[in-house]
Amino acid sequence: MDLTLSPSEEQFRDEVRAWIEANNPGPEPEGSLDEVMAFRREWQLKLHAAGWAGISWPEQYGGRGATMIEQAIFVGEAARQEAPSPANVLGLAMGGPVVIAHGTDAQKQRYLEPILTGEEIWCQGFSEPESGSDLASLKTRAVKDGDEWVVSGQKVWTTFAQYAKWCMLVARTDPDAPKHQGLTYFLMDMEQEGVEAKPLVQITGEGEFNEVFMDEARIPEENVVGEVGAGWGVAITTLMNERAGLAFGAIAQIQNSLARLSKLANDVRVDGGSAADDTYYRQRIAQLHIEAETMRLNAYRGLTKTMQSGIPGPEGSLGKWQWADINQGLTELALEIEGAYAPLSRGSANAIDNGAWQYGFLRSRANSIEGGTTDILKNIIAERVLGLPRLR
Amino acid sequence: MYFDLTDEQQAIRSTAHDFLASRFKSERMREIAASDDGTDPDGWKQMAELGWAGLALPEEWGGQGLGIVELAVLFEEMGYALAPSPLFSNTIAGLALSLCGSDELRERYLRPLAAGELRGTPALWDAGSPAHPGGYRLEAKADGDGIVLDGEKTLVMDAAGADFFLVATADGRRHLVESGADGVTVKPEVGIDPTRRFYSVGLEGVRVDPSATLPAEASDYYAVFHRLCVALAAESTGIAQRTMEMAVSYAKDRQQFGRPIGAYQAVSHRCAQMLLETENARSAVYGAAWAADAEPRSLHLAASMAKAYAGDAGWRVPDASIQVHGGIGFTWEHDLHFFLKRGRSNAAIFGDSKWHRERVADAVLARADAPAAI
Repeated sequence: MDLTLSPSEEQFRDEVRAWIEANNPGPEPEGSLDEVMAFRREWQLKLHAAGWAGISWPEQYGGRGATMIEQAIFVGEAARQEAPSPANVLGLAMGGPVVIAHGTDAQKQRYLEPILTGEEIWCQGFSEPESGSDLASLKTRAVKDGDEWVVSGQKVWTTFAQYAKWCMLVARTDPDAPKHQGLTYFLMDMEQEGVEAKPLVQITGEGEFNEVFMDEARIPEENVVGEVGAGWGVAITTLMNERAGLAFGAIAQIQNSLARLSKLANDVRVDGGSAADDTYYRQRIAQLHIEAETMRLNAYRGLTKTMQSGIPGPEGSLGKWQWADINQGLTELALEIEGAYAPLSRGSANAIDNGAWQYGFLRSRANSIEGGTTDILKNIIAERVLGLPRLR
Repeated sequence: MYFDLTDEQQAIRSTAHDFLASRFKSERMREIAASDDGTDPDGWKQMAELGWAGLALPEEWGGQGLGIVELAVLFEEMGYALAPSPLFSNTIAGLALSLCGSDELRERYLRPLAAGELRGTPALWDAGSPAHPGGYRLEAKADGDGIVLDGEKTLVMDAAGADFFLVATADGRRHLVESGADGVTVKPEVGIDPTRRFYSVGLEGVRVDPSATLPAEASDYYAVFHRLCVALAAESTGIAQRTMEMAVSYAKDRQQFGRPIGAYQAVSHRCAQMLLETENARSAVYGAAWAADAEPRSLHLAASMAKAYAGDAGWRVPDASIQVHGGIGFTWEHDLHFFLKRGRSNAAIFGDSKWHRERVADAVLARADAPAAI
């Protein structure tokens, strides 16, 4: 048992730390989403130039070929220093790895480089209005027409579809096959007549994600990833990648939030002292710190296990569940500490911390829904970790 | 970075697991629990033969010289088996003599303790006091060149059959008092947990020779306290693991409305919650155990986190397991209640969860006037 970094890992961390310190462009602009995306594109170019963009990708595909522990160090350090997100998060974390794992040589040649540079943004077309947690029930149809597929249907919760060039689309190609077997994974060009993205406004007032309508959209047959009918397996790889990459960034982000929460508790006056003197708040802050520490240690255990076996296990679901609980819990507590000032948000002169906690409280409502609802994660844990029977 | 047990540590785990599983089957655990003083001299002798009495004590004094990670592995298995044994109290006495004793006391008491020939237990809390860590009231009254003790200690574990007590006084010192000394009386308390008994130890004009007072001061005992918290948290983790397994197994077998109850999400999600709490407790315990062995400066915080979290999980998980079992879980006939009782008792002693969370709050809220962790 050794919870420290090796000398070479420490050296790597110092290198990452120094580079981000020197290059971090600071907080994102508070303007429109267009400005934010332009800012993130610029950041991604910088990352790419220094070889940090495809950190987990093999070197032959333009990545850095970093070990899992190095990836964890990089993601954790970037989050710790509050570096912005790259513009093409989904391309880097899911699109690239899927093309590398399942794509043809021609696909690798065509798609990987523009993912790394951020020149082409990717989005993910999985969920549908009637297929959320039960993803395999999706209805979007793809019908072969010569050497093309013709796609009609609707996707939803499609993050950054309005900026995307490519959509990782899962569509039903064989309506007669059992539901997991009739699906195919496509790369769909978003810039065509049959595709329309309409932003959805979230409870924060922002519009990160969209509805995407496809009306006889065209996909050339060379844009199938993996085999026709094998889309479910391909899609599952990308979901695994999504979860494996999140943990260490999420932990660093929670640690930053906890530090802010401690500052808030020390600043807010309660009954003649500060909230940091109040037993009720102290107990709850301590409990959040304890849970965050168990999440960090669980992630280390998970990393050790993944390095031994090569693939992330379903235990990763515990971390996602826990992250949602902690992140929601700490923003809820911040609003309690703010007391009667809790309703005042960004832009109000009397808002505490310029309404950062109000935004955090609202945004974190999605944490137990996005990337697998907590309820579904509990099913996964019950069935795949504990071996309990399925209710199907 | 490697957060898992080594092959040697795995071997300790499987030896402990197999021995405890064969030695403390349910019937035997119940016999001991139902006995007058709750002791099991043969079982204790066997544990001593396995070297457990001195597992984490220095080889110099006859111990095995292993670390707190190995101690945590052992105590996790002790909790899993719910073995009635004085191993925990004896381990505390051993750590205290090892870390805070004089060579004279180590030679006379620690060496036989490590061999299982003498057994010790701490006598810390004064009857009627709040029984918080560090809050000791018994006065060490000067008497010639030594001291004299008059008072009553309570919540003393495994006092029946113990050879000596390490008695805490208000000045933060510990004094070694043999159980047969003049003026010492031992009375059982009635507790919820029949597998680990508490006693009251009366001290009436008990004279302590200067050589029997450990040379260490109050703050020197933090090192003992943090390590025992890790061991106790490990035991609670074992309790959580075992009772979670019982719930999962029952949920697979028990049929209602034509299917196993584990197919219903009200039940399966409760089991998932049990897994979350058990795994979190385990991570907190081994993180703290590693800190004890490799990074002592972070031990006080890690130990309080582990004790608070695993302390809670150690009774909440058995409690949830009782709920999954329904009526049968509430019967004396089912073993679950023994686990609940030990877990609840563990959560209360050596700083309850609220007390440990306060220590965490001291650290993370970084107030200038924050007291050092006990």
